[in-house]
Amino acid sequence: MSASLAVPTSSKAAWLESWLTGLPAPNGELQQVQQRGRDALARVPMPSSRQEDWRFTDLGLLSSIPLAQPAAPAPLTLPAAAAGVCRLEWHGTTDPLAGQSLPAGLQALSAAEVAQGLGHTLAAVGCEQHWPVELNHAAAERVLALRVSSRSQVSLELISAAAQGLQALRLLLLLEEKAQLDLSQLVDAQGSGLHSLVVEAHLARGARLQHGLVALGRSDAALLAHVALEQEPESEAKLCSVSAGWGLSRLEPRAVQVDGEANTVVRGLQVVSGQQIADTHSFVEFKGPEGQLDQLHKAVAAGQGRSVFNGAVRVPRAAQRTNAAQLSRSLLLSDRARIDTKPELEIVADDVKCAHGATVSSLQTDELFYLQSRGIDADQAAGLLQRAFCEEVLRDLPAAARAWCPLERLLEVQA
Amino acid sequence: MIRPDAPVLLEIRDLHARVEDKAILKGVNLTIRAGEIHAVMGRNGSGKSTLSKVLAGHPAYTVTSGSVHYRGENLLDLDPEQRARIGVFLGFQYPVEIPGVSNLEFLRVATNARRMEQGHEELDTFAFEDLVRERLKVVQMDPAFLDRSVNEGFSGGEKKRNEILQMALLEPLVAILDETDSGLDIDALRIVAGGVNQLANADNATLLITHYQRLLDAITPDYVHVMAAGRILRTGGKELALELEQRGYDWVDQELAALAAEVG
Repeated sequence: MSASLAVPTSSKAAWLESWLTGLPAPNGELQQVQQRGRDALARVPMPSSRQEDWRFTDLGLLSSIPLAQPAAPAPLTLPAAAAGVCRLEWHGTTDPLAGQSLPAGLQALSAAEVAQGLGHTLAAVGCEQHWPVELNHAAAERVLALRVSSRSQVSLELISAAAQGLQALRLLLLLEEKAQLDLSQLVDAQGSGLHSLVVEAHLARGARLQHGLVALGRSDAALLAHVALEQEPESEAKLCSVSAGWGLSRLEPRAVQVDGEANTVVRGLQVVSGQQIADTHSFVEFKGPEGQLDQLHKAVAAGQGRSVFNGAVRVPRAAQRTNAAQLSRSLLLSDRARIDTKPELEIVADDVKCAHGATVSSLQTDELFYLQSRGIDADQAAGLLQRAFCEEVLRDLPAAARAWCPLERLLEVQA
Repeated sequence: MIRPDAPVLLEIRDLHARVEDKAILKGVNLTIRAGEIHAVMGRNGSGKSTLSKVLAGHPAYTVTSGSVHYRGENLLDLDPEQRARIGVFLGFQYPVEIPGVSNLEFLRVATNARRMEQGHEELDTFAFEDLVRERLKVVQMDPAFLDRSVNEGFSGGEKKRNEILQMALLEPLVAILDETDSGLDIDALRIVAGGVNQLANADNATLLITHYQRLLDAITPDYVHVMAAGRILRTGGKELALELEQRGYDWVDQELAALAAEVG
């Protein structure tokens, strides 16, 4: 059991109260949102293991993270952005667009557009009142709000690093008809910090979004992330997230196909070791017919790490001829690690295909032996198999995120 | 090629082994010299595949008594990877699919592990590609297979060809081929057998485990052994395989019964 689990609820509440009291008065473009979040946090208790959605995921670590203004991160050593790819340094407190010339097809939203669009998708996917979202509401000073114009094709990188403290990032994306966006996002913890990320994206008819989130943490850092999508018919969204090394991470990819007839692909990989906790709660809802979902979630748990996956899929009566497949595969590398995985399918429509499956296994003896029988020593063979396990998700990252060599970093933070 | 003065590569003496609580090998004796091709035949469950896995060091099998020496060294003391590096090769009956591990990378790591043991330099990516392309010809394999994951989505024949390609790269001194002919059509059998014949020479030896004469039509054995109830019941030349093809294995039951009566 991790030490953080021992923190009593009252201490957690005291931590939150102290933080809320110390915040400056709501201000700036998100003034109203901040007020709403702070009111909610003051009113609603922190999630606890008594709630089904938080049964396995203790937030105790948060009380030990100093939430002062984030210190400046050390520069990351990343390969240069490829030609035609727009890279933005995004830390939540300054304007990442200042001094930047955006590529053709990508524009900042006006204040009026932000006011109209912000929170719309969060409400559509039913998470606007989730505690981590309200925390982001309370803390975020700015929103990065972008539009991809109809029929444009844009590749964007967002690099977010923080040395310590609370980093609250809020992103709003509007993809117009047949717009295409490849978004590679890196969240890198360089100190004991809480990284709060809320992304909402609206995909108009025929739009295509490929979102890759690479989140690399530390045992004294936490990540709370919501990625919310609203998809019009004929749109395609591929959400691919890989995370490792966080003392606590909670990721919630959520998508709603507003009239069906869209395609959603969700890929996730989470790696835990030591006493880390990684939790993915996904949610996909089809509100019309002929929608598609292809979801694969993978977890690697070593040491005394704990991995949680909950995959909700909602198929109401209107969503006839939905074709959804969800698979959870977990690799247990230690007999003290723990995996909790649960599909949560709610199917009312009768003419649908909804497949789901879950496997938890250790490294396969026959695979290890096959490699060893070719002269590859046991450790190297185990490493190859572990890499192979991860690769199935990593290959679905956008090209820019793949170029960051996340696998090496994932295995590095795990070690 | 039988040469009585050729060095002994593998010496198996009174080998007993079990899997979980079930005894499978019950006293196997076999001597293999350089240059020889041996075939082991026998009914399902007679212990043929167990023998191959025990020799390669599969962790599910426990040797309870007896010995195996490879060029004078106690093979049973070595981990599977050490056995492979010093030149013992197992061609699997059911090669394992390993999604996500590139076949090319796998072959390179394996080849370099063997080369290092032999005191050769490691091959870099480019040098290895040259080597592997040359060795692909032994089994007439399409280079496209190198870019796929190990055995993933390969047909039965492609998997067996991939096994022989590994053998061609690792250049073992003792190759144990466990039912390499199973699941092969006529053309694939010809290619695989041709590969084995190309790789056989006066310095190495091959142990073929098979059910069928058709493999032995393509690869001529110097010795044929019949396994039953966990040991080698009879040894002969290639004509023994033909006899088995004609008579089947009923006589084995009679001999086993006679042996049991003797012991009793």
